Amino acid sequence: MSAKQILMGLNGDESVAYATKQVNPDIVAAYPITPQTIIVEKYSEYVADGEVDSEFVAVESEHSALSSCVGASAAGARAFTATAANGLALMWEITFIASGLRLPIVMAIVNRSVGGPINIHNDHSDSMGARDSGWIQIHCENSQEVYDASITAWRMAEHPDVLLPVMVCLDGFTLSHTMENVLTLPDKVVSDFVGEREFITVEGHMGETELRLNPEVPLTFGPVDLQDYYFEHKLHQIEAMKQAFKVIPEIDAEYAKVSGRSYDLLHPYRMEDAEVALLGLGSTMGTVRHTVDQLRDEGVKAGLVKMRVFRPFPSSELVDALKDIPAVGVLDKSLSLGAPGGPLYEETKAALYHLPKKPLIANYIHGLGGRDTGPQLIRGVFESLLEIKDKGEVGDPMNYVGARP
Amino acid sequence: MSELNLKQASRKPEGLASGHRLCAGCAHSIVVRMILKATRGPTIATSATGCLEVATSIMPYSSWNIPWIHNAFENAAATASGIEAAWQAMRKKGKGPLAKYETLDVIAFAGDGGTYDIGLQALSGALERGHDFTYVLLDNEAYMNTGIQRSGGTPFAAATTTSPAGRVIPGKKEWKKPIDEIVIAHGIPYVATLNAAWPMDVMRKSRKAFEVDGPTFLHAFIGCPRGWRYPMEKTISLSRLATQTCMFPLYECTLEEGRPVYKLSGPSAAIARRPASKKPVEEYLMSQGRFQHLFRPEKRDDLLDSIQAWVDHNWEILLEKAGV
Repeated sequence: MSAKQILMGLNGDESVAYATKQVNPDIVAAYPITPQTIIVEKYSEYVADGEVDSEFVAVESEHSALSSCVGASAAGARAFTATAANGLALMWEITFIASGLRLPIVMAIVNRSVGGPINIHNDHSDSMGARDSGWIQIHCENSQEVYDASITAWRMAEHPDVLLPVMVCLDGFTLSHTMENVLTLPDKVVSDFVGEREFITVEGHMGETELRLNPEVPLTFGPVDLQDYYFEHKLHQIEAMKQAFKVIPEIDAEYAKVSGRSYDLLHPYRMEDAEVALLGLGSTMGTVRHTVDQLRDEGVKAGLVKMRVFRPFPSSELVDALKDIPAVGVLDKSLSLGAPGGPLYEETKAALYHLPKKPLIANYIHGLGGRDTGPQLIRGVFESLLEIKDKGEVGDPMNYVGARP
Repeated sequence: MSELNLKQASRKPEGLASGHRLCAGCAHSIVVRMILKATRGPTIATSATGCLEVATSIMPYSSWNIPWIHNAFENAAATASGIEAAWQAMRKKGKGPLAKYETLDVIAFAGDGGTYDIGLQALSGALERGHDFTYVLLDNEAYMNTGIQRSGGTPFAAATTTSPAGRVIPGKKEWKKPIDEIVIAHGIPYVATLNAAWPMDVMRKSRKAFEVDGPTFLHAFIGCPRGWRYPMEKTISLSRLATQTCMFPLYECTLEEGRPVYKLSGPSAAIARRPASKKPVEEYLMSQGRFQHLFRPEKRDDLLDSIQAWVDHNWEILLEKAGV
């Protein structure tokens, strides 16, 4: 039985701030960077107006933002931060530490291209640059998804089988600064859903204790971890990512009961008999869905697979979704310069490699630095895929959509 | 300030256990143990990357009998900010695991590299925000953990692996950064300098730092036999000389009606009263390998004079500030 909801006009940043207000974490430590600023501004207002009990730590850099969250989270607090682009790049060192110390921090990434040249607009170069750091990554298509993920992320991060930090990724400006209708839950429903942070019990060097900086039974966090233990600790993180495959759908299902909104690792759309399909992340997926509907009306068997959870990478779900599709296009909004292709393309190919009969796969890099990807461009991508399907071969798999030659 | 005597301190369990891997003669463990003798009760500490951190936490061993976290090199003050903010939030909410503590001594330990250089931004930010924590600068005057490279805290003319005493350049070309003045300029309520040769002074100042509301800063002189090249049994006598020569004066600075008020501590106050008791800086320099090029193959009176002049100048400024 889903709760009665209130329809609000919120942009993506406000959706993060509003959901986080309802969660009321102990600390929010953040540094302003376009296009994340609305989050910190809104949250500061909530603090100034006494609408939350959180401590807002107005740090002097993103590095200190995440460092403060590490200290707070280790001390047993719920800690939240938000950043974008070069801010995430400055945090990069601490992203590995937050995950390696198994701290369930939640961070909104308002995706923006990493300079240089400096550019404030959207692509995924920032979060893709942190893809190996051990964070769960949820990519949102619209503000509703942003709101919902900003609530469920806490449960995923803090689940005793996971204990990994979570990035909630939303496209800069396209989502962060665009007002949409967002259905919001009552405060009580959100606070009941997230509950209180719970701790696993561990055997420390001074006895059994909850896993936190406990003044009564001390633990040592972040010890020097050398050749004899480090590798096993990395295996623990790998196991945690595997557990996340089970835990994320469980929490999404529980959330669907209170919100009426269902989420999955992957969201296939009109894929049943599709002959050409696009895979991608984030707000572009709305444009692709619109184009798929148009093409279907024209008799083209087009489909879409939206990847909502990029870390952990849902390989087996991806295989199920794509294995029988003759031609697949992968939309990447970032580069891995010097690599054979974009990161999503490379990982998708790797996931499908073992199939005896593989789809033809091409990579479509688009939207770098905020270059608009409209329906006409997506239509062009589908036309290219139809050509690949008809020819039966990919040719040069790399396509730069919307760029002047 | 609440009373703290040697008897109480001796009965208090060690915050930092023996068996750690710090070098014999290293002042880190001496000073950290003294500081932890002065905590009031519930305590959480963080250390920046450095000698203290690597030598006390080699998995699966730990020397820390208090909850302790190492985050990274440049962010001890930011990590402490988060711990302190977590406690404040839990106090405000009346829930969460730290909510029940009336006091929480949050301590950030960092070396000179982690303070003068890479950690200065995070330190400045935390001081400006006014977190209720104590930052302890353990100053052994170079990056000892990575092999004795020069830092902003390395004194003039000292030989390090990145400021070697060469045929042309005689050690570090720059003077030690005035970190205490930089910190005091933030207008924080308490700053003090510590020297292991005066244990009760270390403990009393530490207790005061914990008791004062807001950010407090303790600058500890940390003798390093390996990096400074002196015999390990000389740490305390050398530390004593540093203060007796006014190379490292001992004082406190409190904030009264918005003004910094400097007060010389026992051994430095004694020199102020009897200026003739101030020892020449040469005595301090000559016993350390890092300054040997000032004495051999020939004596560099020019450099020794300029070091003495620097010490005298700074001592005079301190005396003026302390109203002596």
